[in-house]
Amino acid sequence: MVIGNSDVILSVKDLTANVDETPILKGINLEIKAGEIHAIMGPNGSGKSTLSKVLAGHPAYEVTGGEVSYLGQNLLDMEPEDRARSGVFLAFQYPLEIPGVSNLDFLRVAYNSKRKHEGLEELDAFDFDDLVQEKLGIVKMDAAFLNRSVNEGFSGGEKKRNEILQMAILEPKLGILDETDSGLDIDALRIVANGVNQLAHSNNAMLVITHYQRLLEYIIPDYVHVMANGRIIRTGGKELALELEERGYDWLLEAEAVV
Amino acid sequence: MSTTVQSLVNQPYKYGFITQIESDTIPAGLSEDVIRLISAKKNEPAFMLEFRLKAYRQWLKMTEPNWAEVGYPPIDYQKIVYYSAPKVQEKKKSLDEVDPTLLETFEKLGISLSEQKRLSNVAVDAIFDSVSVATTFKEKLAKDGVIFCSISEALQEHPDLVQKYLGSVVPVADNYFAALNSAVFTDGSFVFIPKGVKCPMELSTYFRINNGESGQFERTLIVAEEGASVSYLEGCTAPMYDSNQLHAAVVELVALDNAEIKYSTVQNWYAGDADGKGGIYNFVTKRGLCQGVNSKISWTQVETGSAITWKYPSCVLVGDNSVGEFYSVALTNNRQQADTGTKMIHIGKNTRSTIVSKGISAGNSNNSYRGLVKVGPKAEGARNYSQCDSMLIGDNAGANTFPYIQVQNNSAKVEHEASTSKIGEDQLFYFTQRGISLEDAIAMMISGFCRDVFNQLPMEFAVEADKLLALKLEGSVG
Repeated sequence: MVIGNSDVILSVKDLTANVDETPILKGINLEIKAGEIHAIMGPNGSGKSTLSKVLAGHPAYEVTGGEVSYLGQNLLDMEPEDRARSGVFLAFQYPLEIPGVSNLDFLRVAYNSKRKHEGLEELDAFDFDDLVQEKLGIVKMDAAFLNRSVNEGFSGGEKKRNEILQMAILEPKLGILDETDSGLDIDALRIVANGVNQLAHSNNAMLVITHYQRLLEYIIPDYVHVMANGRIIRTGGKELALELEERGYDWLLEAEAVV
Repeated sequence: MSTTVQSLVNQPYKYGFITQIESDTIPAGLSEDVIRLISAKKNEPAFMLEFRLKAYRQWLKMTEPNWAEVGYPPIDYQKIVYYSAPKVQEKKKSLDEVDPTLLETFEKLGISLSEQKRLSNVAVDAIFDSVSVATTFKEKLAKDGVIFCSISEALQEHPDLVQKYLGSVVPVADNYFAALNSAVFTDGSFVFIPKGVKCPMELSTYFRINNGESGQFERTLIVAEEGASVSYLEGCTAPMYDSNQLHAAVVELVALDNAEIKYSTVQNWYAGDADGKGGIYNFVTKRGLCQGVNSKISWTQVETGSAITWKYPSCVLVGDNSVGEFYSVALTNNRQQADTGTKMIHIGKNTRSTIVSKGISAGNSNNSYRGLVKVGPKAEGARNYSQCDSMLIGDNAGANTFPYIQVQNNSAKVEHEASTSKIGEDQLFYFTQRGISLEDAIAMMISGFCRDVFNQLPMEFAVEADKLLALKLEGSVG
């Protein structure tokens, strides 16, 4: 595959970040191009989730150095809502419950914020409803979920499917999935993975953060990165995930002298 | 988060201006002579002076209550001005004669008193410092037999009605602040809906404190005779001063057989600055008496202002099958303190009451719900449902719930539900990560949280209330 520079969606250079004054990311380098699926694996505490939050702009994470360019713009200069409106989507590991706000209203306001940002007219409730009905099929969700409060009383699997539904509606350029497979049974995992596969195409990119290679049986990555102690210590193809599944992380950590 | 949430909540108070107007103000201080002077200035009937003096003598024997979850330095009652009125000789018959400065003031507050611009289905009584300056739609209402005027005017024109009902729900010595009010109140609204009449429009009183040293002690009395019904709304604002002003009002509602009174409040007194300097002490006694069978009294309040709010709109359910309701949203921010709730006193058979209270606390504020549900020995089949929800914004705000339940009848059913939720940084990040701005995120969450209460407000004001809360909370999250 030959891809020119213009197709780079995300470029991360020497990124460092703190949480509560403690350095967590210690120099991340990563380049993601259109049409690619990247997986990030690694042991607990390696900084995987931190990377996803920093990219999305969570205010509790302080960037201390490095650069992140997203579609040619300085991502770190953008407010979280502007990153989202420009196509950065984070599927949360623990989606939040929002009592009193209906799922449908939440989706519509989010969708229209993006439309407005793109200079498009906002969709009215009727047109938006048509759009949602069409997208529900992607994650096999019942329309009854739309009138419930966002994630309130949802099971773990329902919450994750709801994340993918939001992603389907917002059509991101960069979808970041933070341990979307955690807490899912095999059926839910398959539905979520199928959803992601339907949404990945040649003009966008996915960054899939996971603990286990199980998810990668359904979402086939082009690259697998292994993170440890705030750095990417090895990058390979999808076969690296299989090797990790078989041998664990320790051999790699030792080989890279991380421990 | 603190900075963003904080800056969202800390919107400037846009009603904080002072009107320059010559006023007739008596020296600060309280004594029997001052009370006689007030009564004389208002040319009141003899019974009124007696009422005041009796209240004053009781008040002298009482002590200020200290059980509420609020703290403030001692109030020097001798430093308060008990009468301040814009200098006019007599109440004007027509709005054309009202001082244009006053009309402008109310115009600025969004309350149009002029014939052309006023809300077509809302009659307004405008009260500036101690006196009523104008009442709209009086003649139109009179055609249906509805009396809507200031209480001073009622004392001149309908003294018998006032004498019959004044103090019948809140006795002069009911509590410290009610006794003070009974002694020195200067104006307020009077509403009388005769038998069988459904009041054809919303009635509304707008209170404005202007003078920096004066207290505001208004007295509202609403009587709905058999089968009558009325919906009434009050609003209030005050200028920004560094000192605190005392507002001690009394509201009495009387509903006879099959009558219905709906009383709504949107309270936006000046709340003080971010450090808690200035603001109104809002110490108010509101009580409704469901005297007749099948009568109904419904309180809806949206409390957003005041440095301190101490207020428990209550229903005394005497008539069989009578219904009491209390719907409340109380929002506190910065250093504001609120101790508010209701009392539902079930006396008659099959009486029912509903309490829905939503407390929102942001900044360093403290917000308490305090409620009493009392079922007397004769209240066969009485029922109460209470729901008290608190929402915390940020990490430094506090919320308390103090429900008191006293049941003396075995057939009664009392239910109480409570919840506490928090608007935290992660929830807000969830919204912003979906492209929704912080302001919209908070507005959506607050409006969802308050929906049950806003649905009870008259339509014209529900939207206003929604906007008011959003405005108050702007900058409170981040």
